[in-house]
Amino acid sequence: MLTPLSWIKEFVDIPASITATEISDALIRVGFEVEEIIEKGSNITGPLAFAKVLSIEEITDFKKPIRYVGIDCGEGTTRFVICGATNFVVGDMVVAALPGAVLAGNFTITARDTYGKISNGMICSVRELGIGDDHAGILVLNSNDVEIGADAIVGLQINDVIFDVSINPDRGYALSIRGMAREVAGSLGLKFRDPVDALRKLEFKESGQGLRAKIADPSTASVFYLRTISNFDPKATTPLWMRRRIEKMGMRSISLVVDVTNYVMLELGQPLHAFDTSKIKGGLIVKRAGEIQAFTTLDGQVRQLDPDDLMVCDDEKPLALAGTMGGAFSEISQTTTDIALEAVRFDPTLIAKNSRRHKISSEASRRFERSVDPSLAEFASARCVQLLSAHSSAQHVATAVAGEPRYAPVVTIDPAKISTILGIEIPPKKIAEVLRVIGCDVDEKNFAVDPPSWRFDLVTVSDFAEEVARMIGYDSIPSLLPPRPLHASMTPDQKRRRAVASMLASRGLVEVQTFPFTNQATIDAMGFTGDRAATYRVSNPMSEEFPLMRVHLVPGLIEVAQRNINRGAKDFAIFEMGSIFRSSKKLVPAISPQLSARPEQKLIDEIIASVPPQGYHVAGVLVGKVENEDWQGKSREYNWTDAIALAEDILELCNLKWTVARSDLAPWHPGRCAELIIDGKAVAHAGEIHPRILEAYGLPARSVAFAVALNALPLSQLVRPIKVGTMPAALQDVALIVDEAVNAQSVEAALREGAGALLESITCFDRYDKIGDGKISLAFTLTFRAPDRTLTADEVSAMREAATAVAFAKCGAVVRTA
Amino acid sequence: MRDDEIASWISDARTAFDGAVDLDALKIARLAHIGDKSPISLASRALGSMAPEDKASFGKLIGDAKAAIASALAEANATLEAERDRKVLLEEVVDVTLPVQRTHRGGLHPISIIRNEVSDFFIEQGFSVEEGPELESGWLNFDALNMPADHPARTMQDTFFIEPLESGMVLRTHTSPVQIRTMLTQAPPIYIICPGRTFRADELDATHSPVFHQVEGLVVDKAITMAHLKGTLDNFARHMFGPDVTTRLRPSFFPFTEPSAEVDIFFNNRWIEWGGCGMVNPMVLATCGIDTDVYSGFAFGMGLERTLMVRHGITDMHDIVEGDLRFTRQFGVGL
Repeated sequence: MLTPLSWIKEFVDIPASITATEISDALIRVGFEVEEIIEKGSNITGPLAFAKVLSIEEITDFKKPIRYVGIDCGEGTTRFVICGATNFVVGDMVVAALPGAVLAGNFTITARDTYGKISNGMICSVRELGIGDDHAGILVLNSNDVEIGADAIVGLQINDVIFDVSINPDRGYALSIRGMAREVAGSLGLKFRDPVDALRKLEFKESGQGLRAKIADPSTASVFYLRTISNFDPKATTPLWMRRRIEKMGMRSISLVVDVTNYVMLELGQPLHAFDTSKIKGGLIVKRAGEIQAFTTLDGQVRQLDPDDLMVCDDEKPLALAGTMGGAFSEISQTTTDIALEAVRFDPTLIAKNSRRHKISSEASRRFERSVDPSLAEFASARCVQLLSAHSSAQHVATAVAGEPRYAPVVTIDPAKISTILGIEIPPKKIAEVLRVIGCDVDEKNFAVDPPSWRFDLVTVSDFAEEVARMIGYDSIPSLLPPRPLHASMTPDQKRRRAVASMLASRGLVEVQTFPFTNQATIDAMGFTGDRAATYRVSNPMSEEFPLMRVHLVPGLIEVAQRNINRGAKDFAIFEMGSIFRSSKKLVPAISPQLSARPEQKLIDEIIASVPPQGYHVAGVLVGKVENEDWQGKSREYNWTDAIALAEDILELCNLKWTVARSDLAPWHPGRCAELIIDGKAVAHAGEIHPRILEAYGLPARSVAFAVALNALPLSQLVRPIKVGTMPAALQDVALIVDEAVNAQSVEAALREGAGALLESITCFDRYDKIGDGKISLAFTLTFRAPDRTLTADEVSAMREAATAVAFAKCGAVVRTA
Repeated sequence: MRDDEIASWISDARTAFDGAVDLDALKIARLAHIGDKSPISLASRALGSMAPEDKASFGKLIGDAKAAIASALAEANATLEAERDRKVLLEEVVDVTLPVQRTHRGGLHPISIIRNEVSDFFIEQGFSVEEGPELESGWLNFDALNMPADHPARTMQDTFFIEPLESGMVLRTHTSPVQIRTMLTQAPPIYIICPGRTFRADELDATHSPVFHQVEGLVVDKAITMAHLKGTLDNFARHMFGPDVTTRLRPSFFPFTEPSAEVDIFFNNRWIEWGGCGMVNPMVLATCGIDTDVYSGFAFGMGLERTLMVRHGITDMHDIVEGDLRFTRQFGVGL
C-alpha cells in the first residue's frame, strides 16, 4: 500500500527530527515490509504559484500552436508566458513556475526570449510538477479550490514521502491510513489520534424516508449501514487536497461521490459503495445471486453470476457484486442527485470467493478478504456523509441499519506462556502495556484480553505472543541453540544418491536440473506408450506448451543437450536425478478432514495413499567424443557400451548383482538397448538413443543414454568378504565359436558354471565377427586359483575343458582351434 | 700360479673396467676379466685339482681377488650408468606443461552442492533429512498447515493444480507437507530438515523460477522457544555465509507459524531477505496430534536458489535452470 507520510502525520505528531528512513525502520520492526521510500517533490523548488489566466494570444507563425498567455500570479501586475498547450481558456486556474523555479528533471525556469516574445515563467503540466504522468496539457484547477498567488508546492502537496508497504494477509486493518498511523505511533512510542473518535459523535438529522436495508442471511454479513442522501449537485467537484491524497495512494479521481467513498476507504479501511437511488426498486438487500444470470459490472464487462455469488440487490435484481465491484446499471452518473451509500461488513471468505470466481481483485475485495473492522460500517458511512455534505449540497435523508457488528471474543491468556514461547522473561505489566498500545482492553487481574474491533486474528496465546514480540522488538529475543539430539545420519537411499551423483560427476558428467514438465508431442516423439506415456496434467501450466508432468528423465536431458549444442558445445556428458510422474493410478477425490485435531489414522492413511507414487531416477545423455581431442590425437565417439557401462557402474557402486538382457524400449535404438535386471525386474536401461529422436533434436548420430530407477534398487547387503587367496593364479585362454545370435553373457555364464569353484574371474578379451557363416568368435581368459595350493597343469586343463564342455552344451560353443 | 700373477689379474681387470667407454664395452671387459673363461675363473676351477695344503692358501687368494675384481666392476658400472642416465634421460625430456586433461570435466549442479552442504551441516547438529513427493495432496500442502480453502494466504502462493481439480492434488508450493508427514508419523522430539523441489506459478525471470528448491527445518520438542529458533538460524547463517554475517528477524505472517518472522541477513553491506520462520502454530501441532501443552516447536524455510544467488553473486536465474555446462562446471563437485 502506498502510504503518504503527510496523511499519517494527520493522526500522529511525528517530530521533524525523525527521518523517513527511521519511520521505515520502525514499520519494518513491527512487521510491515517497506518495499520503497519514495521521496516526492524533493527535486522541485519554487517559486510555484497558482495563477489565473487573464488573456490568450494565439501565435500562428509556427508549425505548432503557441500561446502567449497573460496570467495573474497575485503580483499586482500581469505576467506573460509562452505556452505550447491549448487545453485551457481565459479564467482557468493554472500553476505557474516563476523564474528561478526548478521542475522535475532538473529543469530550471528563467525569463527568456522565445517565439519572438519574452516568456516570464512557465505554466506547468502534471508531469512537470512531479505529481503524475500526464503531459498532454497543462494542469487546470478548480478556481474554488485555490487562491491566486498561493504557493502551489504547498497547495498541491508536492513535497511528500510515500512508503510503499506490503501488508500481510492477517493485517487487513493496515490497508488504511488509520491502521498504518497506529502502527507508526506504536512503533515509535508516539501518541495516536484515532480519526474514528471524532466520528463517534457525528449525528445526522432524519429529513425524510430512506431506503430499507436488509441482510438475507446473517452468516454472509454482520452489519449493513445504508445512508440515503438527496439533493446532491452533480456538478460538485472533488477538492484538490482530497484528489491529491487519492492520487498519492495510486487511485484516480473520478467524481466527487466516488472520490469520497474511496477517500474514506483509504483513510479508515472500510470499502463503501454509492448507488444512484433512482435506479433502485424498493430497498437494498445483501443476498446470494441464487441463479445463474448475466450481470454487467461497472467496468462494462458482462459476467455470468454463480448462484453462490454474494450480491447487493434491490427488490428486483442484483445491483452490485458484493464487496468486489459495483454494477453498471446503478452506478453514479453525471446526473445523479440521490445517492444510496452502502457500508457493509461482509464475510471475508465470501468476498474472497466472489473475487476469485470473477477474477476481480479490487481495492474493496482486497480489504474485505482480509477482514474489515465491523464498527466501521457505521463510522465510515458517517464520514462519507460528512464529507459529501461539506463539499456539495448533499443532504442526509435517513440511515437504515440491518444486523449488528460481531466482534472477536475476549480471550483469557496466561502471560507466563508468552515468555515461554518467546524465550525471554517479560513482566505481565509490560505485556498488558504492549497489548493496550495495539488497541486491546486488558484486565490485568485475570488477563482477560478484549481485542480491538479491527483485530480478528488475536485468538490464541501465540497470536498475542507475536504482538508482544513485535512491539518489544524481535531483536530483544536471545539467541540460543536447542538441546542437541543424540545422533542423525543420512538414510541409505540418501547416501546412495549422493554417491551416485559424485561418481558420475567425477566420471566427467555434468549434472543438470530441468523443469519436470513436458507435453504430448514430446512423449509421442520419444515413442513412449501405454503406462510409460500416462501422466498427470497441470490445470494451470506456466505455458500451454508444457502442461504435462514428465514421464522420463531422458527427454529433458536431450533438450538440455540440444541447448548446449546450439550454444557451441560438441562433446559432453550430462546427467539428472529426479522424480518422474507416470500416472500409475487414478486420482481420488480430495480427502479433507477437519483441522485442529488429529484425523483418524484411517483418514491419514487414505490421504497418504491418495498421493500417487513418484519414481526417482538418474539418467544421463552422452554426446560426441569420449575425450577432448588434443595434441595427443583423436578420440573415439561415445557408443552404446559407454551408456551400459555407466548404468552398470551405478549398480556396482550400490554393490548389487545384475544380469544384462537385450531390450527394445523407447527412447532407445531397438537393437542397441540393454536392460539391467535385478531380482527379475528391469531396473535400468542403457544404449544408443533412437536415431529418429537424435535427428529430430539435432544430436550427433549414435548419441547414447542411460536411465536407472534408483527407487527400484534393493538395499545393499552387508558385505561378508571371503578371504583372499595368496597361492599363484593359473590363467587359461579359450576361444569359442558360437552363432552370432548367442550373447556373450550366456557364454560367460556357461563357462563360469562349468569351470567350478576354483574359477576366480573370467574376462572376454576378444570378439571376432569376420568368420562368416553366421558365426562369431569369443575369447575368454579364465583365472583359476586354489586357496591352499599351487594348481597343477593337469588340474587347470581339466577345469578349462569342463568349462568349455558346458559352454558347448548350453550355447553350442565350439572351441576354436588355431 | 703365482701371487704376482693373481695381482696382475686384478690390476688388468681394473684397467680394463676403468677404460670401458660405455656399458657395452664394460660388458665385454667383464666377460674377459671375470667371465667363465677369464683367468681368475679358470684358476678358481683349477683349485679342485690342487694339493690340499695349497688349496687353502690359494683359495683365499683367489677369493679375495674375485671380490676385488667384482668391486672394481661395480664401481665402473655405477660410474657408467650414472653417465648414461645423465645423457639418455636428458634426451627423453618432455614438456610437462602441455595440456594433458583429455577427459570431460564433470560437476554437480550448484543446487545439489548447496543442498548437500545444508544437509551435512544439519546432520552434524543431529537433524535428519526428510523428503516427500513433489506431486502432493492439497490437504498436506495447505489445510494441515492452517490454510483451509479460501484462506487469503493460499493466494500468496500461486499454486499449480493437478487435474482433476477435485483430487485436490497440487505441485507442492513448499516442502512443508514433509513436515506434516513427519509429524503425523513420528513422535517428538523431532529435529528435521526437508530440502526439495517446490513449485509456484511465477514466470521465469532473473530472480524467479516456477520450479525452485527450498530447505525447511522443523524442531518439535519440550520447551522449545523462539530463542532456539534464533540460535539455530544464527548458526545456519554463519555456516552458509561466513562468521561475520548477522541475522535479523522481522515480524511477518505465515498461517503455519505464530509468531512469524522473516529472516534477513546482513551480507555484503546490505540487508537481504533470506527466508521465513516462526514458532509452529499450535493449530498445526494439534492437527498432527501433538500435545501442545507438552511440546512446542519452530520451523524455518529458505530458497536454495536465493541462498546460492546471494552467496555467489549470481544475478540471473536462467543460468541456474538452463543446464548450460559452462555455468555448472565452474562449481566442480563443490569442494
